[in-house]
Amino acid sequence: MKLLTEDNAVNTRRLKNLVASKLMFSTTIVSGLIVFIIAFTLFQKSTLILTTQPLSELLFSSSWHPWRGEFGFYPFISGTLLVTALAMVLSIPPSLLMSIYLAEYAPKKIRGIIKPMVDLLAGIPSVVCGLWGILLVVPLIRDYIAPLFGASTTGFSLLAGGIVLAIMVSPIVISISEEVIRAVPHQAREASLALGATKWQTVKHVVTRSAFPGIVAAIMLGFGRAFGETMAVLMVVGNVPKVPSSLFDPAYPLPALIANNYGEMMSIPLYDSALMLAALILLLVVLLFNVAAGILLTGIKRRLAFG
Amino acid sequence: MDKRKLEENFYKILMIGSTLIIVGSLVSILIVVLFKGALALSISMLTQTPKGGYYLGKEGGILNAIIGSLYLAGGATFIAFITSLPTALYLNEYAGRSKLAIFTRQSLDILWSVPSIIYGVFGFTIMVYLGLRASLLGGIIALALLELPIMVRVMDEVMKMVPLKLKEASYALGATKLETTLNVITRQALPGVLMAILLAVGRAVGDAASILFTAGYSDAIPGSLFDPAASLPLAVFFQLGTPFPEVQQRAYASGFILLVIVLSLSIASRLLTKRFMRYVIK
Amino acid sequence: MSKPHISIQNLNVSYEGHHVLKDITLDIPEKQITTIIGPSGCGKTTLLRSINRLIDLIDGVKVSGKVLVGKTNVFDNGIDVTDIRKKMGFIAQMPNPLPMSTYDNIAYGPRIHGIKERKRLDQIVEHCLQTASLWNEVKNRLTEPASKLSAGQQQRLCLARALAIEPEVLLCDEPTSALDPISAGHIEEQLLTLKKDYTIVFVTHVLRQAKRLADHVIFLYLGELVEQGPAETVFYQPSDPKTKAYVEGVFG
Repeated sequence: MKLLTEDNAVNTRRLKNLVASKLMFSTTIVSGLIVFIIAFTLFQKSTLILTTQPLSELLFSSSWHPWRGEFGFYPFISGTLLVTALAMVLSIPPSLLMSIYLAEYAPKKIRGIIKPMVDLLAGIPSVVCGLWGILLVVPLIRDYIAPLFGASTTGFSLLAGGIVLAIMVSPIVISISEEVIRAVPHQAREASLALGATKWQTVKHVVTRSAFPGIVAAIMLGFGRAFGETMAVLMVVGNVPKVPSSLFDPAYPLPALIANNYGEMMSIPLYDSALMLAALILLLVVLLFNVAAGILLTGIKRRLAFG
Repeated sequence: MDKRKLEENFYKILMIGSTLIIVGSLVSILIVVLFKGALALSISMLTQTPKGGYYLGKEGGILNAIIGSLYLAGGATFIAFITSLPTALYLNEYAGRSKLAIFTRQSLDILWSVPSIIYGVFGFTIMVYLGLRASLLGGIIALALLELPIMVRVMDEVMKMVPLKLKEASYALGATKLETTLNVITRQALPGVLMAILLAVGRAVGDAASILFTAGYSDAIPGSLFDPAASLPLAVFFQLGTPFPEVQQRAYASGFILLVIVLSLSIASRLLTKRFMRYVIK
Repeated sequence: MSKPHISIQNLNVSYEGHHVLKDITLDIPEKQITTIIGPSGCGKTTLLRSINRLIDLIDGVKVSGKVLVGKTNVFDNGIDVTDIRKKMGFIAQMPNPLPMSTYDNIAYGPRIHGIKERKRLDQIVEHCLQTASLWNEVKNRLTEPASKLSAGQQQRLCLARALAIEPEVLLCDEPTSALDPISAGHIEEQLLTLKKDYTIVFVTHVLRQAKRLADHVIFLYLGELVEQGPAETVFYQPSDPKTKAYVEGVFG
């Protein structure tokens, strides 16, 4: 690049351009590396406990006595799995039905009000949902639902966590499913209706079939969010480190474990490493679900484009 | 035919029922929190900090949390912004479709879905390593990590929509990349950039898990970056569980303020999206 | 004319402010091929889709007038639209296989109308694919997704699928315009055979195709009925000057 010019202004411009692009390049590199730095740090800090305890015991033992050096993660892993599974079971059927309703049946006006509302409510902070859980869901379980089944509970339970989580996850599932359903090309619908199918038959057999991968992706994204959700669940789920034996027993998911014990971390040896391992496990699981969902979604977009 | 009609009506009932349950639950969250919170609000609640001891203090308000949240969100947004804007610009104008761009975008998408408690854990680890204590600075760093992927990706998408002919016009006049970027792209994408900021701030203000370890908590307003800072979400969290109704009131009030802030930001960013869309599609 | 199967009286259709069909009155004879011809955009497709009420799917559509199939007006209030559609087989311009296997595509119609036994469905599938002259090409691939078939095969699939619901009428909306000449030829052959059992209404903008297939012709221009009658009359001795100009290739 010849800079043999009399015009200093041009030189300064070129210099500015160069410096700026170098700066921007560095911020970009840093941004791109952050997730790896985080994962690496967590892994680094987990090695301590990974080397002193066999992995199988960490994952499958139920005995959680950190001051004795026993770190059985099983109650927390199962707590996480159970509360997430419960939340999805509670959330998926109504969410899908609602998506179908919004996409296929709802009059324009209703859709115009409800859809933005759902999107807005997707942003309600976790602690606020937890607050609602404590004020409404926990007493509901304690005073009405549990007695129905002959159980007695404080209300702080797996069920409470499941319900609160289900409500938090629903907007994501609904929002994506609804869009995927709407995106099904009209030719397929037309073919079905022309054969004399009712609207519902068309939706049931044709539309959902086409939209299926997108719906699965929506559900997986919901799973991903549910796994990592910390505060709201923490506030209502009871936090007892035992594997819950019924819906009305308290549970203790991994994020809650990490959140509750950061204070004690430093005083007990290996504790902080154990919690880092918990965080690492959490990170990897969530990553897995989100990456899988992402791949599914791009696959669908490509398919719909070539229809 | 009757059988088919019956089936359809049955499912219609289920669909409407599901809609009512879900919308109803979400609305009940709003009602419960706003109602309880409104009852707890008063001038003193908003303008005073808690007095007379941590959990036991029966007087005072939540000013510590309000200011704390403002400082935290403000600081985090500033740091995230000065990092994300150049990154988004670079991705769009300089890196285009290169491997670096693909890699960075993917990586940020992954980062976006990381649970916020991980930021807290990571931030805490870094702080321990650097010898920092739970403080405003720690919280700012954790929240900045939270905001970064949101800002970059949204700005990125928004900048992608700047019409090629505008950029061409600038280059054709002999402008450098930097000049085009600053004068044309940023200006055209400004509403979108604002939207990205609002979205990120909305997310950050409501988050508790990331600042749990990193920002600490305090009844006082932080005087320096190294003081612990209260925040609205943690104010709700910590003060809800006490047996003292006066303290619980503060939790409700915090919840109210927090919800109002988050919803306002959300509505504002929606309105901006609408304006932006009209603006772009000429 | 032999007994009209479909009788359209004073049909007006408009949507989005466009008055697309203007006071159409015509008869469609039974068990013949009636072609609807005219330049692009003159309402041929809308007319076709009025017969099986697919126009109901258009936002804000307004319809007045009657479409009588036999003695029933398809637009009557008490009518179950799915019953009407069961009587009409519809083949669209672009092949639109359902997102399922070839077998399921054909079986879809019968299934939704209540037929469940596997044996009967098997018979129906084979019979319809035979009639559409597709059976030999797909008999070993019945469970593969229909989207894997070629365009010509897909369109024959759509024909077979339409036949599976045992319609009285076949409505064809330019069904060969997206196909290569050989596949198009196949479809035309099938229709010529099928007319002895079905009333066929066929929209086309290709005059030569219309001349090959038509027994009866309807000429539409700008949403109005210009002329209708037996093919020899309309093509070779048209009474209206616009018709004469069109069939001689002056416009359209």
